[in-house]
Amino acid sequence: MASIFQGVGAATSLDTKKFQLSSLRSVTGRKASCVVMRSGGAKMDGGSNQISGRADQLVTNAVATKADTPAASTASKPGHELLLFEALREGLEEEMERDARVCVMGEDVGHYGGSYKVTKGLAEKYGDLRVLDTPIAENSFTGMGIGAAMTGLRPIIEGMNMGFLLLAFNQISNNCGMLHYTSGGQFKIPVVIRGPGGVGRQLGAEHSQRLESYFQSIPGIQMVACSTPYNAKGLMKAAIRSDNPVILFEHVLLYNLKERIPDEEYVLNLEEAEMVRPGEHVTILTYSRMRYHVMQAAKTLVNKGYDPEVIDIRSLKPFDLYTIGNSIKKTHRVLIVEECMRTGGIGASLTAAITENFHDYLDAPIMCLSSQDVPTPYAGTLEEWTVVQPPQIVAAVEQLCR
Amino acid sequence: MYSLYREPGVLLWRGFTMQEFANQCFGNNIGHGKGRQMPIHYGSKKLNYITISSPLATQLPQAVGMAYSLKMDKKDACVVAFFGDGTTSEGDFHAALNFAAVMDAPVVFICRNNGWAISTQVTEQFRSDGVVVKGQAYGIPSIRVDGNDALAVYNVVRSARETAINEQRPILIEAMTYRVSHHSTSDDSTKYRSKDVIEYWNTVHSPITRLRNWVERKGWWSDKEESELRIHTMKQVKHAIDEAEKEEMPLLRDMFTDVYDDLPSNLMEQETLVRETIQRHPKDFPKDMPL
Repeated sequence: MASIFQGVGAATSLDTKKFQLSSLRSVTGRKASCVVMRSGGAKMDGGSNQISGRADQLVTNAVATKADTPAASTASKPGHELLLFEALREGLEEEMERDARVCVMGEDVGHYGGSYKVTKGLAEKYGDLRVLDTPIAENSFTGMGIGAAMTGLRPIIEGMNMGFLLLAFNQISNNCGMLHYTSGGQFKIPVVIRGPGGVGRQLGAEHSQRLESYFQSIPGIQMVACSTPYNAKGLMKAAIRSDNPVILFEHVLLYNLKERIPDEEYVLNLEEAEMVRPGEHVTILTYSRMRYHVMQAAKTLVNKGYDPEVIDIRSLKPFDLYTIGNSIKKTHRVLIVEECMRTGGIGASLTAAITENFHDYLDAPIMCLSSQDVPTPYAGTLEEWTVVQPPQIVAAVEQLCR
Repeated sequence: MYSLYREPGVLLWRGFTMQEFANQCFGNNIGHGKGRQMPIHYGSKKLNYITISSPLATQLPQAVGMAYSLKMDKKDACVVAFFGDGTTSEGDFHAALNFAAVMDAPVVFICRNNGWAISTQVTEQFRSDGVVVKGQAYGIPSIRVDGNDALAVYNVVRSARETAINEQRPILIEAMTYRVSHHSTSDDSTKYRSKDVIEYWNTVHSPITRLRNWVERKGWWSDKEESELRIHTMKQVKHAIDEAEKEEMPLLRDMFTDVYDDLPSNLMEQETLVRETIQRHPKDFPKDMPL
């Protein structure tokens, strides 16, 4: 029922290969419907335009709007299919294989494999020290990771749920983000802090935090949010290779997304946004799970005659204002769809950044759809109301384009 | 009373009804939490039982605070704070014990050391001789008791309460037991421990079995009464569940109330927005939702 395709657009810059690929799954609808979109062109770095030999191996397919049966497509397609949490694990494993300094620490990450099974099997392969089960003290094991990073290791710190990392806020804010600066550049902290967050599994208020809101002010860190198996693996690898502390936001509802990803190694750019669907009428900026609500709304919008351009911003700190700016210069209308709360969320910062930089290109005020300023309720109906739904997105676009 | 999340027994004893338990778990309209907190995160102001919060150990410094206020008001009461072995790794645990000791706060800290924190055994959680020595380290009189011996636990806690109130100081109790169930419904503990061990603790050392044997030997109980009680309780539980299921889900309005004492303008705005959206697209939202 779902079909995927890959578009090739690759340019090398320095030594990372970048692919821009888009694929889509509609996760939240009662029926899984699929719209496949073409990816935008690859971002060119000023100067270097070489195309690496390996990049040519991917298959280019035409855009397909209705699915063909999986049976027909699997046989001849390159790459392999897997779920998002497996993609994260694959990225993690490849990096651990490649660099002996990479290690994992967190609660129940060892033989238990992690609360969402991202580290399953790694303890058996790499040992209990390299995949470390820690006692329950988030501030302490985050601090431990930072200390280890300063002496040469490259730890990946897993929060069992992003909400628990609030306990580690002190370490992340005061040490992780700052030490490279305050030490005059002597100590670097190449940690990756990751974990599941977001709303959707009826986990109650404390387990449904959107930490990207709270962390975005911390200087010295980078934040990325993955949304597909393809970008999950790519971002995981990029985050591990980065010498800066990176916080990788995963979403509780997206771990079981399935996608076909390339067999060959690839690393994505941490600061780049992903063009999910090019369009002409309005720029919709989103990330993580809301991407799927937006794409669902996009289907409705297309039927109504609109042509939305959807960008998964991926990089939450810093924003990819280059991609976003180009889009705004084309469409002149912006809608931001996020899961953060209205006050002080990523949407709020993005609105400010766009207004500052692209005010002259806007034909209408920026609209931002976010969750309400309430703790996430447990009751299913209430929880659903607290998250932005596709009909709201459709209504917002219609209002913007009037 | 400050709980972690395995103490509904305490609440039951205090008078929380089966129906109230079921309502909270279903998250329906008449549950105490108005459908806002996860299942088993009970709370009841009437019964002096603080609503459970998911993150570990946050309740411990708060328990000390509450005890401090009782002390200021010279009340003939103390605070009881429950937690597990895993929680003793959290920073808040240590801070709370230290504070309680320094302030002579009448708190009874009860640690249910059941050997497991999800899949993490106590040997991976700490290397100290259990939790009781930690209380000692902070200057708190501490005692270890067989948590599966109902009579011993009763005696210890009673005595601890008396000491806490009369002498105005904290006490730490470590109750040794074993977690026979999975951590929660999303866990399968046979993946990390053997079924035989679980079975052993569930039968030979089960606190319920032990108490029952004692009561039966005294002639106060029999198999007949046992089966009658089981049947009766089963009916009660089923009835509570059925009733809870029939109840209405929480109102939309209750998503916005109680965030603050009064509804501020921004929340009123957001509520209006949601209502308008649902009205315009009723098909895209869950059916029979009370507005």
